[in-house]
Amino acid sequence: MYNGNEKKHILGLMVEDNPGVMERITGLFFRRGFNIDTIIVGKTAKPNVSHIIISLEADDATIEQLEKQVSKLIEVVKVIDLGENSVVREHCLMKINSDEKTRQDILNFAEMHKAKVLEANHTSIIAEVVGAPEKIDMFIDLMKPYGIKEMSRTGVNALVRKG
Amino acid sequence: MTKNSQNVKGTEEIIQALLRNKTEHIFGFPGGSVMPLYDDFLKYTDKLRHVLVRHEQAASHAADAYARVAKKAGVCLTTSGPGATNIVTGLMSAYMDSIPVIAMSGNVPTTLLGNDAFQETDMVGITMPITKHNYQIRHPNEISNVFDNAFHIAQTGRPGPVFIDLPKDVQVNEVTKRKKTIIHSGFKPNTRGHPTQIKKAADMILNAQRPVILAGGGVLLSSAHRELTVLANSLNLPVTTTYMGKGVFDERHPLSLGVIGMHGRKVANYALANADVIVAIGCRFSDRITGKISTFCENGKIIHIDIDSAEIGKNVPVALPIVGDAKCVLDELNKVIAKKKGKNKVWAEKIQKYIKECNCNFDVKTSPIDPKKIMHELNQIVKEDDIVTTGTGQHQMFAAHFLTRSKPRTIITSGGSGTMGFGFPAAIGAKVAAPKSEVLDIDGDGSFAMVIQELATCKEENIKTTPVIFNNAYLGMVRQWQELFFDKRYASTHLKRTPDFAKVADAYSLTGIRVEKNSEIKEALTRAYKNDETTVLDIIVGEETNILPMFGPTSKHTDMFGGCIQNVGELFDV
Repeated sequence: MYNGNEKKHILGLMVEDNPGVMERITGLFFRRGFNIDTIIVGKTAKPNVSHIIISLEADDATIEQLEKQVSKLIEVVKVIDLGENSVVREHCLMKINSDEKTRQDILNFAEMHKAKVLEANHTSIIAEVVGAPEKIDMFIDLMKPYGIKEMSRTGVNALVRKG
Repeated sequence: MTKNSQNVKGTEEIIQALLRNKTEHIFGFPGGSVMPLYDDFLKYTDKLRHVLVRHEQAASHAADAYARVAKKAGVCLTTSGPGATNIVTGLMSAYMDSIPVIAMSGNVPTTLLGNDAFQETDMVGITMPITKHNYQIRHPNEISNVFDNAFHIAQTGRPGPVFIDLPKDVQVNEVTKRKKTIIHSGFKPNTRGHPTQIKKAADMILNAQRPVILAGGGVLLSSAHRELTVLANSLNLPVTTTYMGKGVFDERHPLSLGVIGMHGRKVANYALANADVIVAIGCRFSDRITGKISTFCENGKIIHIDIDSAEIGKNVPVALPIVGDAKCVLDELNKVIAKKKGKNKVWAEKIQKYIKECNCNFDVKTSPIDPKKIMHELNQIVKEDDIVTTGTGQHQMFAAHFLTRSKPRTIITSGGSGTMGFGFPAAIGAKVAAPKSEVLDIDGDGSFAMVIQELATCKEENIKTTPVIFNNAYLGMVRQWQELFFDKRYASTHLKRTPDFAKVADAYSLTGIRVEKNSEIKEALTRAYKNDETTVLDIIVGEETNILPMFGPTSKHTDMFGGCIQNVGELFDV
């Protein structure tokens, strides 16, 4: 239930790299009525430990309850609130409509926003943007007038700065 | 690599793991995918008793009740597919009440997993939300590690059921290199409460004008009943319990308020509503306890002691949280309080007076039989070490309200899940765990009919239980709600063709006694006690008797209606 006190949160879960561990976590979110905005999974520096990064909007009480519930899962080793002390990045691929008239504008914007053009042909450009999610949002807004044919965002990745 | 791990068959490895983890009894039902395991059980009949039930659901409830009585994990075993899905209700019931159960099911060989083979089911997926944890073993090398972890998880911290999936080839193949037991690194329950918090709690309780203890199932699970009694006695604190906590505080104690909640004692509900400090121990503030959540304990501050930090602040705001095991925390709290003075005489005296005034005589002699009359007779005959189980419905609430229990683990009920059909198999499990105690199953005609086939288990395994059926030919609790909230539209609740349960008992070569008069109850109970076999008492009670008092599902504690004492609110000053 939304009450207007929601804030963006990023949770980092260190989990045992076992089959079904994702199902346990997403199942818990579903059962308890928590909404996931983005979720990514990947390896960590430790063998047999994976990192799951979840971004979501929730109020403080919900986040507290959520962290406690997730911590109870046996295969969750550690839960970290990736707040302001974290480096937050996201990766996005997009295919933008382009022709002779628009191509140079798009390339200019891409350069200004440090987006990398990976492929180009007569009708479209595939660009890659890496950065804070807001930065990606901004680039998407810039590209919208040209027409974004396809897009794939990875979801938020994050690491704590210290510790 | 452990010595001699080679040439050990999976089934042998499983049995050794069970024995190592103190398993003596297994409730189960065989089938294709667990035949190798059952075959090897034959070699261990002196160490492992297998109780053959007649439906897998009964195995799961029996294991649940066994755990509650024996203070260790109950174990059940089924085959794959339908055998496995039949224990889902039992696992859910155990999960809701935090009971340590190890449930095992066979499965198709690992080579066939995912092929929709005969009787294949994704039991790990199915049981994920209703178990504390679960496993699928994919190689015999993992058996030892998984079982040790499963027992540890089930019985440590806040207990709960753990499910283990055993594909057939894992049972048949040999251990080649046994995996060492490594406990999950993220599983570290916090048992010791924070000393500063405990000191603060002591001060809050000592400064309180109207303190009340609310003890839940957590007190029972951590066997903290003695520490609880010390706390109550040292400061004259009145104690109410949830249904799950019933028995942790002697209900004959002058400070016992009895069970709280929707069908609890009025004096308990009013006392809590008027309390200024509530010491809640091992309870999770379910809706059946709190009523309307926004008005729950409006006048009081809550100290919440629980081993599960996720329970703190989940349902009600808490003034002082203490995360820890009830026994450890209460022990520390008692030590702190022992150094201070301040018995709260005024409140304690008032409460004791209220408790006395709220006692009513329920030796009612109306005809047809009133369930309260049966409770009256049971209170005369049931000894303090006897065990009473219940099904779910009106009879369960009559037991909550009117049955006096003085010791923990002597009343066993499905609290969180309200599972009909729990009582009778639970009685079987309880009797196996405590063969010297008399075990009675207070049951309804609806609940008992759901598991009636277990009469065969009692007969064949020579397990004596006494089902006491409150036969009103209705699904009574639903009918009561239809009367109160649906203008008496009795949709699908009248059981017009309820069988003669005494005759059914007879068909299983057991004793059945039909009771229709008040004067016959005592004699029937006495006969059942003397009998060394299961005796079914089919007691015909009034069809439309309600269990009162109660408060509605969205009402507050002081909105309780019905019952023999009407002016409880006036008793309290506030």
